[in-house]
Amino acid sequence: MTEIDNTGSARPESIRAVPVRHPGRWVSGAVILVLAAMFVHMLFTNKNLDWTTFQKFFFDGGILKGLVATLELTVIAMAIGIVGGILLALMRLSANPLMSSAAWLYIWFFRGTPVLVQLIFWFNIKSLMGDISLGIPFGPVFITWDVNSLVTTFVAAILGLGLNEAAYMSEIVRAGILSVDEGQTEAAQALGMRRLQIMRRIVLPQAMRVIIPPTGNETISMLKTTSLASTVAFTELLKAGEDIFNANYKTIPLLIVVSVWYIIVTSILSVGQYYLERHFGRGSARELPPTPLQRLRRNLTTFHVKPPAVREGSA
Amino acid sequence: MTENAPATDVMVKAEGIHKFFGRLHILRGIDLEVRSGQVMCVIGPSGSGKSTFLRCINHLEKIDSGRLWVDGHLVGYRQRGDKLHEMRESEVAAQRRDIGMVFQRFNLFPHMTALQNIMEAPIRVKGEPRQVVRERALRLLDQVGLSEKVDSYPSQLSGGQQQRVAIARALAMEPKLMLFDEPTSALDPELVGDVLDVMRRLAQDGMTMVVVTHEMGFAREVGDSLVFMDGGVVVEEGDPREVLTDPQHQRTRDFLSKVL
Repeated sequence: MTEIDNTGSARPESIRAVPVRHPGRWVSGAVILVLAAMFVHMLFTNKNLDWTTFQKFFFDGGILKGLVATLELTVIAMAIGIVGGILLALMRLSANPLMSSAAWLYIWFFRGTPVLVQLIFWFNIKSLMGDISLGIPFGPVFITWDVNSLVTTFVAAILGLGLNEAAYMSEIVRAGILSVDEGQTEAAQALGMRRLQIMRRIVLPQAMRVIIPPTGNETISMLKTTSLASTVAFTELLKAGEDIFNANYKTIPLLIVVSVWYIIVTSILSVGQYYLERHFGRGSARELPPTPLQRLRRNLTTFHVKPPAVREGSA
Repeated sequence: MTENAPATDVMVKAEGIHKFFGRLHILRGIDLEVRSGQVMCVIGPSGSGKSTFLRCINHLEKIDSGRLWVDGHLVGYRQRGDKLHEMRESEVAAQRRDIGMVFQRFNLFPHMTALQNIMEAPIRVKGEPRQVVRERALRLLDQVGLSEKVDSYPSQLSGGQQQRVAIARALAMEPKLMLFDEPTSALDPELVGDVLDVMRRLAQDGMTMVVVTHEMGFAREVGDSLVFMDGGVVVEEGDPREVLTDPQHQRTRDFLSKVL
């Protein structure tokens, strides 16, 4: 304890001991390897998997069209969900009791009924309302639309998925807004900023850090939930696959085609989510962790030198 | 009430201020005056209402009774005849532009750099041109000794540095009154000095300041007046050197014997 050596050159002798043995790890590892080998063997030998059909239909025009429809549905329904969610969250936090109860009622209803039921409901909306008209409530009417031409299967799917999503998103947004320290609002108020400015410039950007991860989950979940739209005769990815295997009876290969496409898109979305979280995490960590790309580049350009004298402490 | 409106050189005038938090009677009739260019320090035990009073001055807290003027204007209300009208949110915001506030916990915006923190309000609130604001912000950062931290985020700064950025942020609005709510209470002891230096220079430049603090040395040296609050009332007010060395009230004596 006489001198503090900061150079790090004199390292004390490391402990050398016989490590604990873990026979259980070897046994469980072997079991996993055997199971994996059996699975791979099945993939190559099972005739019912029919990989030639898989290859034939993976880039099939109908499948790709379905994929595009799935992506469109996901993007539009999520957009409605996010915008609606923000509006509902602001309504719930509003000082006006009518506003907050209206938002509460909406969320209660849309979270309380299955999304599949809502989809079928929107698909059958024409039996509830003959036409939609624009005018003064209980007064004269200016324009009238026929519901049948207005609510196509695509619109029904969007409404069903989007309005349901808004209810869930509003709870996520609300949690994010409430997570921001009240001192932030006070500091902005003290600077003379107004409520909307404070929300847009100060609170929401900070709430994003809390909002983004669950929103990413919601988007991935939405991508898969769009498959429910196949039940209301909207041709998205699953329905495209169904249409093919209903004709050629190759059910399993086409379900695999569909599943692989879903996995590819969800994987891409997960990567996007990672970078989005990084963007909104700025200022929260002292230094941002490197992206996988940066990490790869660094590994390629620098030599890995083992820290000196770990094993040879007695030398 | 108009006849009670303060004289022109009075920056803050409080008259019979009462404030309740639910059933808790936190302010029980505060009468105070701060003249332009003066520094008033407010001391007192926690729960005495000193921070609450400070927050009433820029209407972060609504007063329940009494009158409060800043620079001759009622805070949060407008007088029409013998009736008081509540101000709209935008009018309250406009009043706050001229009153800078520094918080105990800094409350810098963590998603913005030091420079962005300072530039935000002049651009968004006053609509000043970006280039003008940027120059002023850089000058202010230099004044508080942080010209090297322009692009640092708050999380990369020490507490003392954050508080100095917070002071620069308030000054960027070119306020005529600065409120300090225990600005050094959350700081490590060795960081307090830098913040007090900045505040001392500000006082020398003639800024009107109300400072809630536990720094008796600062109050003695920089303060033009010292207010001791306890139980929601002003117990004693006077020249800091006299109050600190020869307090007239037993409660002041008890408090000072504990903190000095």
